[in-house]
Formats: sequence, C-alpha cells, structure tokens
Amino acid sequence: MFEISRLTGWLHELLSSFMPGWLTTTVECVLIGAVILVLYALLALFYIYFERRVCAFFQCRLGPNRVGPLGLLQSFADMFKILIKEIISLKNIDRFLFALAPYLVIIASVMAFAVLPWGNGLQIIDFNIGIFFLIAVSSIGVLGILLAGWSSNNKFTLIGAIRSGAQMISYELSIGLSVLTMVALAGTMSVTGIVEAQTDLWFIFKGHIPAIIAFIIYMIAGTAETNRGPFDLPEAESELTAGYHTEYSGLHFGYFYLAEYLNLFIVSGVAALLFFGGWAPLHIPGWEGFNGVMDWIPSWLWFIGKAIFLSFVIIWFKWTFPRLRIDNLLALEWKYLLPINLFNLVLMVVVIIYGLHF
Amino acid sequence: MEELQNRIASQFPQATFEAGEYLLVNIDDAHWHALAAYLRDNERFDYLISIVGQDWNDAFGCVYYLTNTFTRVILSVKVTTTDRENPMLHSVSDLWAVAGIYEREVYDFYGIIFINNPDMRRIFLRADWNGHPLRKDYDASPEANPVPTENEETDDTTVAYVENEKGEIVKEERVVFAPEEFVVNIGPQHPATHGVLRLRTSLDGEFIKKIDLYLGYVHRGIEKLCEGLAYPQMLHFADRLDYLSAHQNRHCFCLCIEKALGLEVPRRAQVIRVIMDELMRISSHMLFAGTFCMDLGATTMLFYTLREREKILNIFERTCGARMTYHYNVIGGVAQDLHPDFVKDVKAFLPEMRKSLKEYHTLFTGNVITEQRMIGVGPLSREDAISYGISGPSGRASGWANDIRKTHPYSIYSELDFEQVVRTDGDSFGRWMVRMDEVLESIKIIEQLIDNIPEGEICAPTPKVMKLPAGHWFQQVEASRGAIGFYIESDGGTTPVRVKINSPCFPLAGIVDHLTRGAKIADLITIGGSLDYVVPDIDR
Amino acid sequence: MGVKKNKGITVQGMPYEDWKDNEYIESLVEELKANGTNVVVGSFDKLINWGRSNSLWPLTFGTSCCAIEFIALGAARYDMARFGWEVARASPRQADYIMVSGTIVHRMAPVLRRLYDQIAEPKYVIAAGGCAVSGGPFRKSYHVVQGVDQVIPVDVYIPGCPPRPEAMIYGVMQLQRKIKVERFFGGVNRKEKIKKFFEEHPAPEAKEKNN
Repeated sequence: MFEISRLTGWLHELLSSFMPGWLTTTVECVLIGAVILVLYALLALFYIYFERRVCAFFQCRLGPNRVGPLGLLQSFADMFKILIKEIISLKNIDRFLFALAPYLVIIASVMAFAVLPWGNGLQIIDFNIGIFFLIAVSSIGVLGILLAGWSSNNKFTLIGAIRSGAQMISYELSIGLSVLTMVALAGTMSVTGIVEAQTDLWFIFKGHIPAIIAFIIYMIAGTAETNRGPFDLPEAESELTAGYHTEYSGLHFGYFYLAEYLNLFIVSGVAALLFFGGWAPLHIPGWEGFNGVMDWIPSWLWFIGKAIFLSFVIIWFKWTFPRLRIDNLLALEWKYLLPINLFNLVLMVVVIIYGLHF
Repeated sequence: MEELQNRIASQFPQATFEAGEYLLVNIDDAHWHALAAYLRDNERFDYLISIVGQDWNDAFGCVYYLTNTFTRVILSVKVTTTDRENPMLHSVSDLWAVAGIYEREVYDFYGIIFINNPDMRRIFLRADWNGHPLRKDYDASPEANPVPTENEETDDTTVAYVENEKGEIVKEERVVFAPEEFVVNIGPQHPATHGVLRLRTSLDGEFIKKIDLYLGYVHRGIEKLCEGLAYPQMLHFADRLDYLSAHQNRHCFCLCIEKALGLEVPRRAQVIRVIMDELMRISSHMLFAGTFCMDLGATTMLFYTLREREKILNIFERTCGARMTYHYNVIGGVAQDLHPDFVKDVKAFLPEMRKSLKEYHTLFTGNVITEQRMIGVGPLSREDAISYGISGPSGRASGWANDIRKTHPYSIYSELDFEQVVRTDGDSFGRWMVRMDEVLESIKIIEQLIDNIPEGEICAPTPKVMKLPAGHWFQQVEASRGAIGFYIESDGGTTPVRVKINSPCFPLAGIVDHLTRGAKIADLITIGGSLDYVVPDIDR
Repeated sequence: MGVKKNKGITVQGMPYEDWKDNEYIESLVEELKANGTNVVVGSFDKLINWGRSNSLWPLTFGTSCCAIEFIALGAARYDMARFGWEVARASPRQADYIMVSGTIVHRMAPVLRRLYDQIAEPKYVIAAGGCAVSGGPFRKSYHVVQGVDQVIPVDVYIPGCPPRPEAMIYGVMQLQRKIKVERFFGGVNRKEKIKKFFEEHPAPEAKEKNN
C-alpha cells in the first residue's frame, strides 16, 4: 500500500539529517506552500476542464477535445492566455480595494484548501478546531466579492455584490448548522478526529436520517456558497452581464475564475469529509475481506475520488435547473432550510443521546 | 360596411369615404381625435393595427388601420396635413396605448409632431440625426449624416407638445428620470436583451421603477430601401426582418403583391407555403424555448431545443438551399420545387418533435424553480393586450383570440383543422405554454397536408416587369411572433411609393415598461424572454 | 512561388495543405523572421501564441441573423467547444475576440467602438456576414455602416448572409493561424497596422459619464 505519508516522512528525515531544526521547518514550510499552490492551480485547471467536458456531455456535445490529447491541455492554454492578458486599469475606481479583492477571494480559498485532509496523515496542519477554521476562512471570500463589486464603480457589479452578500450570509447559516450537526455526531472539531470516527462506518450511514437531511441541506447551501447555478445570482450572466467581476480582466479575473472552481472542490471536499468519511475507505462492519480490498486503495485517492464525485453532482445541478430569483433564494433559506436545520440538529442530539445511530 | 359608413357620416359630416380593400375614411385633423374616440367607444374599434406615415410630396399624413376585435372588421382612416414646415397631427395615444410608440416612429421618419403625445423623442435614430429619412426630400448623402464617432448623449428629459385650453400648442419638457434615481443601462450590448435593445432601467433595490426604451441599434432603413427597388427585388428584406419567421414574412409580402396584381397562386404552391410556414413556426418556437430557458439560467435546454431546430433546418436546407435566409416564396408561388425527400424527412421529423416536446415539459415546465420564476410574472390583461397591440402568442396568452389564420384566413388556412391556442393566464407561464401548444397545432397542420401535396405548377406566370396598379394594399399574416403586416402604396410604376412593415415585435418592445413596473430585475429577464421579441424586426 | 512548409502554423484537426491561403501566412512568417529571432525568446513566443490561439473566448455579441448562426455554432451540431471557444464572456473585459455578427448601424457604431476599446489586449475582431463586411444587402441604406472596418480594425472577414457555422469555424481557425505568427516580445506585426488604423480613427473623447 502506497501512502504519501512515507514520502513526507523520508523527506523530513533527509532534511533534518543535514540541517538545523529551524531551517528544516522553514524549508518544509516553503515546500508545503509551493506544493499547495501548484496543487491548487492544477486542480483548478482540471476542474475547469472537467466541468466543460461534463456539461458538454449533458448537452449532447463533445466539449474541448482538440487542444492536446482529449483536449486535456485546453485549460493550460486558457491559463497561458490569461496570464499574459492585459489588466485594464480603470478610472474612477478605488484602486487599492479593486486590486485587493481578487487576492482576498483566492487567499480565502487557498486557506480553506490547506486544511482539507488529503489522506492518512497527509494534512498540513491538524487543528483541534479544524472544521471551525475551515468555515471561518471560507467566509472571507464574500468580503472579496463585496469589495470587488463595490470598488468597480459599476452598477451591475454593485448589484451583483449586494446579491452575493445577502446570499452568502444567509447560506453560511445553513452550512454552519449542518456542519454542527455532524460535529455533534463526531464529538470533535478536529478534522482528523472526524475522519477517524468514520473509519468503521461513514457518517452518512452511521447518522442515518439526520445525517442524510444534513447532507442534502449542506449540498444545497454549499452550491449557493460557491455561487454556482442554480444559485449563481451574483454573476447571473443573463441579468448582470458577469456580475461582480464584470470589470475585472486578465489575471485578476483569472483569480476569480480559479477560485470559483476551487471552491467547488472545497465544498465537495468538506462534504466528503463530513459525510463520506474523508480519506477513510468504504468499510462495512463484518465484511473483513471487502474491507481489506478497500484498504488497499490509497487514502488520498479515496478523498479526491469522493470530492470529484460530489462535484459532479453539483455540476449536474447547475446544468439542470434554472436560476432562482433573489426572493425565492432568500425564502428557501430562511423559511425552509434554517428551520429544518435547527430541527435536524435537535434530532441528531436525540439520536446521539439515546445511541440510536449505528 | 354600408351601415358603418352611414353611422360615421351622420356623426361626422365632414368625413369623406373611399371604397377599396377596406373602407377608408378621410378626416381632417381637427375632427380626428373625436372620430377616433367615437370609433373606439361606440364602434368598438379597440385594436389599432398600424399607423402608416406618409409623404405625398404635397402633404404629410397618416393612414390608421383599426380593427374591431369582435366583428373583425378592418377600417382605415386617413389624416393629412399640408404644412410641410411644421407638420402637426393630434395624437391618439390616450385611446390606444400602442399609438404612443407608433407616433414616435412616424415623428422620427417624417417629422410629424403629434400633439398631446407625452413623449416626442426620436425612437430609432439618434437625437442628433439631421432630417427625417422617409421624407421624399430627404438628403441621403453620407455627408449629411456621417458615421458618428462620438458616444451618444442621453438626456433624462423628454418633450411633449400639449394643447392648452386656448387651443395653443405649448412645448413642454418632461422629466423621465429624476437625478436621484438609480438608473441602470441595460443594453444595447447585454446578453438578456436578445440583440441590441437598450432599456434604461430605474431601480429601487431589486425592484424596477420604470424603464425607458431606446431602439434603433439595428435600424437598417428597410422601408426606405424598398422604395427604390422593384417588387421582386425587395422581397429579400422580408427574410431579414424577423429571420426566425422568414417564410411567413415573405409569404405576407408576396400575398400583398399578389393581391394587388390579382394573381392566382397554384394550389401546390399554397400547400407548400403553408407547410413551410408551420415548420418555420416550430423552428422559431424552438429557438424561443431555448433562449428563454437560457435567460432563466437553464442553459442545457438551449442545446436540446436547438437540436430539434437543426433537424428543421436540415429539411429547409435540402429544399431551399439555405439555413436562415431562404428566399423561397416568390411572387406567384415558390422559387423551387420540393426536394424529392421532403415528404419523407418531414414525416420522420414530426413524431420526434412530439417526443421532444414531452421531454421539454419534463425537464423544464414541471420544475419547481421554473414555476416560481414564471407563474404570475408580468401579468397582462386582455384589455391591455389589445390596447398595446400585443398580437401573436403573447396576446393569445392573455385570452385575446387574435390568430390571423383564424380571424382573417389567408391562403388555405380556412380549409384546415386546427385550434388557435388561447390561454387566460396572461403571465409569463401562459406565454410559454401557448408557444409550446402552438408547436403541437403546427404539427397537426403539417400532418394534414404532408400527404396531400397536389401535383401541378409551383409558380403562377408573372409579368417580366412587374407594375402594380395605383392604389394601396395592406396584408397581414400570422408570423411566429404575431401579426406581421405589409402596406404597399403604388402609383402604377415599377417601384412602390411607400412600403410600411407593421412588425409584431415593435408593440412587444413597447409594453416592456408596462409589464415590469414593480417587478424585480430577474423578472425583467423573464418578461423580456417570454415576449420573445426579435430586435431587427422591431427596428426594421 | 515556392511555398515553404511551416507545418506548425495550423490548427488541430486541419492539415496544413488543406488551407487555401498559405501564401499569406508564409508572407507573415517572412516578415517576422526578417530581423531574426532569439532562440529563447522565440520559444517563449511559441508558447504564448499556442496559449492565445487555443484559448479564444468570444464576446457574446450579435445584432441580427448572424448571431443566430453564432448560437448554432455553439450548439451540439457544430459545437465550437471542441476548439475551446465556448467560454463566451458577457463582459468585454474578459473576452479575447469579438465576432461582429450582424448589421452595424450608425447608432450602434460608437457602442461597438466602445466595446472594442473595453476588451483587454490582445484583442481580435472577426467580421462575420455580409453586413459586417461591407453593409451587405443594406449597403445603400441611410443608417447602415458600410463595413465594420470603418469603426474597428478587422482581422478576419467571413462572407455569407449569414455565413454558415462551418464558415465561421473556418474563420476563427484562420484567426488562430494569424495569432500563431505573432510576436509578443519585440515588435508585433499586427500592432503596426492597428496603430495606423487608430491614427485615422481616434477614439471618441472619453466623456465623464454619470452612469
């Protein structure tokens, strides 16, 4: 069984064999940072390609297939293009905030990206409040969007930003509550702790009814958090041209574009972590042979596989449903999801106290 | 007709009458408004079809076409003014809401000022345009109006010419948008406007307070171009007006000319024309369905409906040789005979279309989000639909049975068995469903005809040099988006004196403001999409 | 004239020999190579041109009939997504080229110019259809611009009324080929011509707008 933890362990020993302790730490930090950024970029490029292909197949089309084998290099070409595209400087804008906004969005998403449990022992830092940290940093993104919309000095972006603010703040509640439901079941906020609690059975099976309700709500709210259809009001193309990033060009736009796709990964990654056992393989109590086979698949593959599958579901939503209107959107959250969620939390607590879970 | 003439004559002794295709009433401007009010209130001429501005060199004037939506009688009224320097007529925009934009169009093209019209700005051309292009003495040299390089100035005010108690005409400035209003400029380049339409929208948060309409971003001057061309030459403009009802538009143009010439179209050509019209209607409604769903955010539907549209285009392409501008109808018949596989192709296509319609309803119509977005959005009452001249599927969704194929049957429609789809919802959902049901009716029509295409000539013999007798003709046809009307006036020569295209989309654009008051931005998209206007047809 | 084979200057799925206008591309290559190229810079150029030419994002823009054919180009039958052109951006800031599909009239001309000015460099223009190329069937009209090249510099012309989607694909591919013989570092052959165009057609004075 191949695990990346062995590689990292070997690297750590190698570095500390000829370096003092502080230097080892520094080098490792830099290395980790570089690895995260590269992984982030690669995953985003993969996701762009993935979504374009998937939506093409939904629409009886082929999707990108000319640039490189099977069109795999398409998003690389897009990246090169965006990197050297002109960044237009505008008059009458708040220059500092205008330039800051895309970085805020991308930093929020990189930070959330960093705490995801990639595999057995393959995690940058294991907080005891890991999941709390994840929710906290991922909500910085909305600040970037608000700033982008406001600082562009454009009415369309302003409407997009305000919509986004209303939407994100509302759906943050649902995300928080459904995460809380699962944290109650796990009994810990540590990401590793949550995964380890699921090594025997995934939470979606263990917590049965309340877990499934929480999962559905999480997926709805998560889709809304990433500003994806049917909740893509902040950038509703047919209403607001390109929404909050209408005025952004070149690399700045590229950041929004990357962050959008990466947030998709993060949302599905967190869903995989909370409901499908993170990197934990599929185990069914009693079936030892089956569990052994499942263990043989590396843990990081489990995690990425689950995340991509959940992303596929979210992409499926997007290309099936029409967009909601802003009042429907808010009504859905405040009138339905939030009460259901609160009730569900109580239900989960009851299930835990009376030991009704598997 | 006789009785109507007598009644009008007893009320308005100064009116003179001309018999013709439709009864024509001549009236002077001073009594015009009173006559109009009488016609609307007492004779129930509640639908103003068209206002045709005219320049007869010695006089300016307008021909109004009116219909009674109950008895379906069409009446025309001619009002003239001899003042060339400062022509003025009385407005009827208080009686028929659609007259508001029709009069602006006449003002734009002829410079006739309409007294009491609340908004007398140019509608198609820029405010700084020199002259009025459809006047016979218009200076058409490019030096008079070079391609502008300066951005357009938009004023927040408009002018109105109001008659006060003393009978004097006073120019008034009126405010469209107050300085403190939050005005968003939607268009001319905006993905939701289906082309280059410009809606200056005053917003209060997400709510729309008012919309000011700007047209003319693809005004191509087709009416003026027609005046210099022979009759067969100008037919091709019909395909490019509303390119999604190319066959119907051209059918209408041909019918109008054939009516003037007194040509009898062979039966085979008539059947072919009807089949083509209905196929075109299906393809147009498919594109409507796709773009409407895309506006609502359901992009995938676009690809599904376009898949069906491509099948129709294949059929067209085999017979007409083009995908969009077919040039198929000609005066007296059709241009080429059908492709040998035509019948087979159409028969293969119709069942597929029925199946696909079911698929669309499963995917889109039954969706909860869709229903929330459409039901109750942009309600339009029957009275408003008639007053604003909303013909076609959008009008029928409001309970107004206005299908020209039934009300004034042309070609062989009177022999066919089909229903006109009328719904009473009046909202965006109704407009969507009417179109979807119309597709079924069109399939029914084609199924009746496809096995019964008679043998024979495809085109009646026509003179090499086509001259229409002096006179004027007006013909309407049910295009995909409503009643398209062609008005041709001839002085007996080879070229027309005046061609007026009464497009169905122009009133549709005019009603956007009325429908969106108090709605949300997202509703504007829904309403605009459900009205399904085609901008080149509005602008002509 | 012996045509040299620059096999690289083609698009995936289209053999070099099948292009009808290789002489023109060869002349562009000649022009490029006239001053010689640094090896490192040259290969960077190749990379950049590869990226640019394979990632052409159109601006959603259309005025009349040709716009419907442009939609058909995106739909399943012609599927421009295969080449990576389907990312139609509604905001000109993020688009790479503008396909002027449809008639441009006097009232639209300044708007089109403004849209063009809003697109970030490098930007390209394709004039699709008779109306955009020369005014087409409406050439004699009082309100139609006789060819969009009076307003903005055009890279590729696609005739037709409207051009078939196949013709549009060919047109965009020609644009891709043109991009492949550009130079990013040092003089860009295309820039010179555009500079001349803008000297003749200066931008409208940027007026302070409230909206």
